[in-house]
Amino acid sequence: MAKSPSKAAASKAAAPKNLKKTTKAEMLEFYQLMLLIRRFEEKAGQLYGMGLIAGFCHLYIGQEAVVAGMKAAIKDGDQMITGYRDHGHMLALGMEPTGVMAELTGRIGGYSRGKGGSMHMFSVEKNFYGGHGIVGAQVPLGAGLALANDYLGNGSVSLTFFGDGAANQGQVYESFNMAKLWGLPVVFVIENNQYAMGTSIERASSETQLYKRGISFGIPGEQVDGMDVLAVREAGLRAVKHARSGKGPMILEMKTYRYRGHSMSDPAKYRTREEVNDVRQHNDPIDYVKARIIDEKWADDAALKEIDKEVRAIVSDAADYARESPEPPASDLMTDILAPEVA
Amino acid sequence: MPTQILMPALSPTMEEGTLAKWLVKEGDTISSGDVLAEIETDKATMEVEAVDEGVLAKILIDGGSENVAVNTPIAILLEEGEEMGDLSALESAPAPSPAAEPAEADASPDTQTEVAPTITVSDPAIPEGTAMVPVTVRDALRDAMAEEMRADDKVFLMGEEVAEYQGAYKVSRGLLEEFGPKRVIDTPITEYGFAGLGVGAAFGGLKPIVEFMTFNFAMQAMDHIINSAAKTRYMSGGQMSCPIVFRGPNAAASRVGAQHSQDYAPWYGHVPGLLVIAPYDSADCKGLLKAAIRNPNPVVFLEHELVYGETFDVPDVDDWVLPIGKARIVRPGEDVTIVTYSRMVGYALQAAEKLAAEGIDAEVVDLRTIRPLDMETVLNSVKKTNRLVTAEESWGCMGVGAEIAAAVTIGAFDYLDAPPARVHQVEAPLAYAGNLEAMALPGPDDIVKAAKGVCYLG
Ligand SMILES: Cc1ncc(C[n+]2csc(CCOP(=O)(O)OP(=O)(O)O)c2C)c(N)n1
Ligand SMILES: [Mg+2]
Repeated sequence: MAKSPSKAAASKAAAPKNLKKTTKAEMLEFYQLMLLIRRFEEKAGQLYGMGLIAGFCHLYIGQEAVVAGMKAAIKDGDQMITGYRDHGHMLALGMEPTGVMAELTGRIGGYSRGKGGSMHMFSVEKNFYGGHGIVGAQVPLGAGLALANDYLGNGSVSLTFFGDGAANQGQVYESFNMAKLWGLPVVFVIENNQYAMGTSIERASSETQLYKRGISFGIPGEQVDGMDVLAVREAGLRAVKHARSGKGPMILEMKTYRYRGHSMSDPAKYRTREEVNDVRQHNDPIDYVKARIIDEKWADDAALKEIDKEVRAIVSDAADYARESPEPPASDLMTDILAPEVA
Repeated sequence: MPTQILMPALSPTMEEGTLAKWLVKEGDTISSGDVLAEIETDKATMEVEAVDEGVLAKILIDGGSENVAVNTPIAILLEEGEEMGDLSALESAPAPSPAAEPAEADASPDTQTEVAPTITVSDPAIPEGTAMVPVTVRDALRDAMAEEMRADDKVFLMGEEVAEYQGAYKVSRGLLEEFGPKRVIDTPITEYGFAGLGVGAAFGGLKPIVEFMTFNFAMQAMDHIINSAAKTRYMSGGQMSCPIVFRGPNAAASRVGAQHSQDYAPWYGHVPGLLVIAPYDSADCKGLLKAAIRNPNPVVFLEHELVYGETFDVPDVDDWVLPIGKARIVRPGEDVTIVTYSRMVGYALQAAEKLAAEGIDAEVVDLRTIRPLDMETVLNSVKKTNRLVTAEESWGCMGVGAEIAAAVTIGAFDYLDAPPARVHQVEAPLAYAGNLEAMALPGPDDIVKAAKGVCYLG
């Protein structure tokens, strides 16, 4: 794998990522959030295995630093929108783990009252705009949120996340053009986890350096080590500032990796166990945070174990809630199709 | 508390699997993410990863065991510091069963098709005494493509994950190996683009088969299917033709939500210049896909994921090709005509069995082709039974059933003893929740109810 993130990290090893400026409080917050996402996803995988979650369920394990770092770069009112691999984004925006998990089990306590499922959740209150199942479709939608921000003059920025596979859809480039042409406050965050289902980026993209994809539109791009939450946060701050100051869109290509199969039923024969283990062992985003905390003596093993325990308790509560919450009532079948007309 | 490791479900439809082999042994320390075992499903071999940490205390199901039901305890994990003695209590306790949960139990509509109904292939095209071979729908489709690719080097397949991954639903298994990457092409995720390239290649003299991973994604490509493929012959005054097949799974799968669950038969059935085929069993899938590939026109070929794994007889003849545009009577009857297509044919046959038990003799017509409709077969049937029920998975409004009901009302008004009845999905996007999904999708009981209704018995 010429462009595996472990290599990307190796090339950056000269300037050790662990020395980026941060604080104890910030690192402990990153640790808690990233662990929450990971444990949540592991639990979701387990509930899927028990038949409590059905259909498609795409786990975010391995990519936690991307959303955690971007969350640290935004302000209240800024929006996020992404595809179907969306659980991490919702947790990062502070949506309740109970409500997310209950949506995964299709229950009334879920964010979409059980109607959406894993791929389709929203929270207007937390500025999360979904949760979209059609690869690439969220990109013009995200640019459209930015159009609304610009129009309303509310000063908000739209973070529009999509994958390396989605980066080949035509509507992405139509959106790039309009976003730049009209100076829209949007940051396009490409989560390049090297694979789109079973297709590696080399087999699908003529130009694999995705941060360059905005060049012909005049959109600046940056490639970021997406396994390093501090690198993500720094790039995120630059990009969000750029967008908010009226300079238009920016592209951030996050080099990351998904540990699990594409969805629950992917045997993942297109890559080796060794490739996955190599990233897990040498380039894990949570291990980075942990190592920095320990190095700086901001917390010891016992204190981190305590956080782990708290996170497990949150996740286990979410799972209990998601099993106990009842299915939606039959009367929900024909509701929410059209908004009621205002007299 | 010691933790039980349960046999996981690795796909939306898995109920049991083979525990092929353990990759850890008793006494091993496990951390989350470690690969514990390999499990085989009907589609693939998958690895099972640990969620909890601890020491693997006991393996309950040996490697190599077949037909292990989902949720059977397969091993026991002890947390740091726990004793083996804690085990006895757990082993006698029953495993938590999700069936006891309020949801899932019987909620999934596919519990209704556990047994593939028997169809007697009664096509006049089959010579007397022809041997029959049981083949899955999945393999029948593959065989059709392989045979046509062998026969004509202008035929090629392209789509997402069709080559190296062998198809997202394993329909193109083995084709890359036999035909190589020039003729079995993995595309980027760019439906609008590759559908257009396919149409252009057809203009240029090739015979493309374009696979959509599912027809939900063909909505991205609809402009080329309709504006470029369907209309060019007319617009060119007959000069150009577009011999292309757009194929892939259509309609609802199992709990995949609103954006991934739609039956497009009426959408494409609306368009002059297209042929639209929606077959049910293996023989029809093979015979009609071969016909579609040979046809000089653009063909939309709608498959169904939930029947890919079902096995039906296919006539063992050299070149099994069926005519496009011919419906078939899959069950003769006298009292009521049920007109349907695709997976609903299986439901209609189940409904007919139930109706028979109540003294109603239903005739089931499988349309097979949505455009052009074989109205002759439908009208002849209705003239015999005097009653019509249509059944489809799509929404009813402007649907296939609406078209059939209109055509029957026009063509056999005097023969009808009751107004036609339509069975279809409720007029809402499909919900994810198991109970709402089951309520929304039509099943055998809905057909039974409608049939009794037109017989004035319900
Ligand atoms: C338009 C469309 N085509 C195909 C699919 C099926 N599909 C779902 S996810 C996916 C791969 C996307 O990969 P990528 O964009 O890299 O995101 P990742 O899954 O790696 O997060 C495909 C092909 C889809 N959902 N929508
Ligand atoms: Mg990807």
